[in-house]
Amino acid sequence: MNTPVIVDDIRPLIALLVPWVGMVGIIWAGEKRPNLRELFTFIAASVQAAVVLSLVPVILGGAIIEFHIWQIFSYVPMLLRVDGPGLLFACVASVLWIATTLYSVGYMRGLHEHAQTRFYSFFALSLSATMGVAFSANLLTIYFFYEMLSVSTFPLVTHMQDKEARTGGRTYLGYLLFTSLCLLLPALSWCYVWLDGGHLTMDFIEDVGKVGHFGETTQIVLLFLFTFGFAKAGLMPAHSWLPGAMVAPTPVSALLHAVAVVKVGVFCVYRVYADVFGADVLANMGGEEWTMVVASATILISSLIALSQDNLKRRLAFSTIGQLGYVVLGAAIATDRGQGGAVLHIAMHACGKITLFFCAGAIFVATGKKYVSELRGLGRKMPLTMGAFMIGSLSVIGLPPLGGFVSKWYLALGALDRDAMWVVVVLLISSLLNVFYLLPVAVTAFFRSSETEKDPSFNEAPWPCVVPLLLTAIGCFFLFFWSDVLLQMIGLQP
Amino acid sequence: MSDHIVWIVLFPLLGSVVCALSGAISKKICYPTSILSMVLSVWASVQTLLQAIESPVHEISYILGGWSLDLFPRGVGIEFRADLLGALITLVVTGVGLIVALYSKVPVQRETPGKEPMYYALFLLQIAGLAGIALTGDAFNLYVLIEVAALTGYGLIALGTNRAAAATFNYIILGTIGASLYLLGVGYLYLKTGTLNMVGIQEAIEAQALHNSPAVQVAFVLVLIGILIKMAFFPLHAWLPNAYCHAPTTTSCLLAPLVTKVMIYVLIRMVLSVFGVEFSFESNLWTEIMPWLVVVAIVCAAVMALAQREIKKMLAYLIVAEVGYMVGGVWIYNYYGLIGSIFHIISDACMTLCLFLGAGIILEKCRTTHFDGLRGLFAKMPLTMIGFFVGGFSIIGLPPTCGFFSKWYLITGGMVSERWEYMVTLMFSTMVMVVLFFRLIERIHLAVDESGKNLGKGHGDLGLSSEQTRFDEAPLSMLIPLLIAASIVLIVGVYNQEVVDQIEVFLRAYDLPTGVTYK
Repeated sequence: MNTPVIVDDIRPLIALLVPWVGMVGIIWAGEKRPNLRELFTFIAASVQAAVVLSLVPVILGGAIIEFHIWQIFSYVPMLLRVDGPGLLFACVASVLWIATTLYSVGYMRGLHEHAQTRFYSFFALSLSATMGVAFSANLLTIYFFYEMLSVSTFPLVTHMQDKEARTGGRTYLGYLLFTSLCLLLPALSWCYVWLDGGHLTMDFIEDVGKVGHFGETTQIVLLFLFTFGFAKAGLMPAHSWLPGAMVAPTPVSALLHAVAVVKVGVFCVYRVYADVFGADVLANMGGEEWTMVVASATILISSLIALSQDNLKRRLAFSTIGQLGYVVLGAAIATDRGQGGAVLHIAMHACGKITLFFCAGAIFVATGKKYVSELRGLGRKMPLTMGAFMIGSLSVIGLPPLGGFVSKWYLALGALDRDAMWVVVVLLISSLLNVFYLLPVAVTAFFRSSETEKDPSFNEAPWPCVVPLLLTAIGCFFLFFWSDVLLQMIGLQP
Repeated sequence: MSDHIVWIVLFPLLGSVVCALSGAISKKICYPTSILSMVLSVWASVQTLLQAIESPVHEISYILGGWSLDLFPRGVGIEFRADLLGALITLVVTGVGLIVALYSKVPVQRETPGKEPMYYALFLLQIAGLAGIALTGDAFNLYVLIEVAALTGYGLIALGTNRAAAATFNYIILGTIGASLYLLGVGYLYLKTGTLNMVGIQEAIEAQALHNSPAVQVAFVLVLIGILIKMAFFPLHAWLPNAYCHAPTTTSCLLAPLVTKVMIYVLIRMVLSVFGVEFSFESNLWTEIMPWLVVVAIVCAAVMALAQREIKKMLAYLIVAEVGYMVGGVWIYNYYGLIGSIFHIISDACMTLCLFLGAGIILEKCRTTHFDGLRGLFAKMPLTMIGFFVGGFSIIGLPPTCGFFSKWYLITGGMVSERWEYMVTLMFSTMVMVVLFFRLIERIHLAVDESGKNLGKGHGDLGLSSEQTRFDEAPLSMLIPLLIAASIVLIVGVYNQEVVDQIEVFLRAYDLPTGVTYK
């Protein structure tokens, strides 16, 4: 593999700072000028997406972009670096932010939510942190942004400011900060102190596999600390914060808990597996199979739990936990195609799941319904929403020609590369379970008529809610047909 | 050129005289006088720090009265000596002093009306004493300055609420015991070495091989216990929480960030420069015992902080826990631990300042710091809350605040010495801090009371009148110092490397284990 050209470019930093500037505008406009405030959010989201997308040609050209911010320690810089997987993640997050902004306008206004200025401000901050994670070049930098994301999403999770929000917020922060401060920080410090005489940068390119210098036990302990330290990845048993955080308004659940926060978690785990341990070390470590086992168990158990959930958002939350397991599983397989599949799944699942969350929110805005059993006959009432829900479901299940198929395909190929037949079996069983818990939602809506309303009339949510979910549903098709570009971006041969 | 070092102490000293005398004529002169003398003092400490960095031996020495240093054993006289450590701490002391002086206008007028001249005279004298502690190179002079700081401290605290008198009395008793023990220890040292100069004592201990002398060992124990009382190391902390809680706002803002921290400095100075690394760490039992005492101290203080329902009381116990961090950093005995300890002196001073300034504003505006009176403050005083919680996040240790970096070095130190009990304790106390500050955020931000009952009508209604949630910030003379302090917390965090470089230069002179073999 030839070394890529490194380009010095300030654009990743701009992508990071745009939300901050946007936040200033949002606060300045305030509650008194809501249209202006939402305009600032739109501008921030669009500029960020434009900046991130403008990086794509550079990466496709085989180069890597770096930007040095400042020296954290004398030997560890705060370094931004744009490479394929990071850029793919950043693209997904920033493009979906635009869609979510439009959706939030419809949702928040439709429900006459309070404190929308705070909502939009912290939303922007979380997006800045997400970009930071996507563009981090070493472990310490990624840790900084990871913590920033935990804190900046807390006001969003507790948006309702009532008892339920308090419980959700406590679970959320309790899990995230406990794991990051008590598991992750010692692991980081361990690597920095004991490797290379304390002068290691833990760079994702230069220092891949240095962890291999440790003894085997230490390696396994470190792997454990890192895997569970990034609790945002939602691996069982550190997953309960995610259903708890569903007390947040739906746009938050949609973007943060299907795209940004959880994906930051799995992205960090991917970075650790692929760029700190490295595929070689990981595959030959001995005793690392447990990560695959934990991920598989998470996939299956959470799917089973999802089956029994009647609350639509909770069902989707457990579905998310399962899908995150796919990414961790792919990263843990430690083959090129497996890890590539993991990165792809971040994008594919994001697009599918955000559609589902948008739909859940749109249903709530239009009818106030939260439970799957209440959805009878809704297909006639809200054909667009439920149609999009169907497409999203099929994409998450993994049927062609939808995005979800491609990533699952590569995960399976990766597993076969490693002769791990059982992983393929897990993938198959889990897809079957996905069918069981996702399809009945759409089926109930379309094919079972309502008991109360014999002839339901057309009654969609406000258009700012409906347009984004249609766009993301269409996006699922596009991701399938454009998957060769994505594959090229992360360095896999289509 | 090099007499800047004296002016650091002289400016506040002169300022206090001016306040005390001319204050009798016009009380208005006190506030500007104290600010002016603090500005000059900060300027002098910056100059001293720069000179110390530039000087080839990395220290500035000034002999008061021009006596000769060349005798052996060194004679008795006052020497001011600023190495990089001393100069850094002095800058912290004067800097905090300046910020609190700026802040003092409104609270001093409200809490001690008519007593401004006396208050500012004590205030400036306190800073002179604390800065002197960080600068002096003479063990007996150190005692004198500790007493200067302590006596003015008693006065400053006693001006507070009704219960302040009892708290001060408690402080006087314990503080005096601590200072006396220290003095006794210095007496033993003088008997054995014939000098009071710190460098002189160290030279004499080395030259006469006094390591096994019972007198020196007794001196070590006495000095150590004396300092531990003065720094409120658990279980010798009993004087601190009430004293800081009932003191006037400005007093607690000045004393809380500085007094305990300066005593940690004295500890490090004694251990490294006076008794020497070998004597302090390798030839006695303390090395085994201290880390465990630290564990007990941190855990107990953290749990007691959890039990408080009042911000100032909670912060007071936090200080006790932080003292445990720093003592632990010294006694895990390695290079990183000491970097962590020294950096934590600086960062803890900044963040404690931030928190107490914030608590002072809350007290000023809400007339209470009890948790029940805080709901809706994010809407009422957003800027104050930002400042306060920057300090809070720094105590938790979230990047990029300075608290993260000191914690990082302390954890690294614990790891290098394989002191797992210390590391686990740090983790535990970090989680306690998370609970403490996010519980506060909950109480302010959510419409839920402690028992979990929903208040208000939902949708962000906090159950308060619009009067109570209207934007109503603190006066600028209080708000601006708080925001300065908050930005210092961030700046020291971001530029921690510049500070740590100087600490490393200082520590390289001592033979400390690094635990890691550099390739």
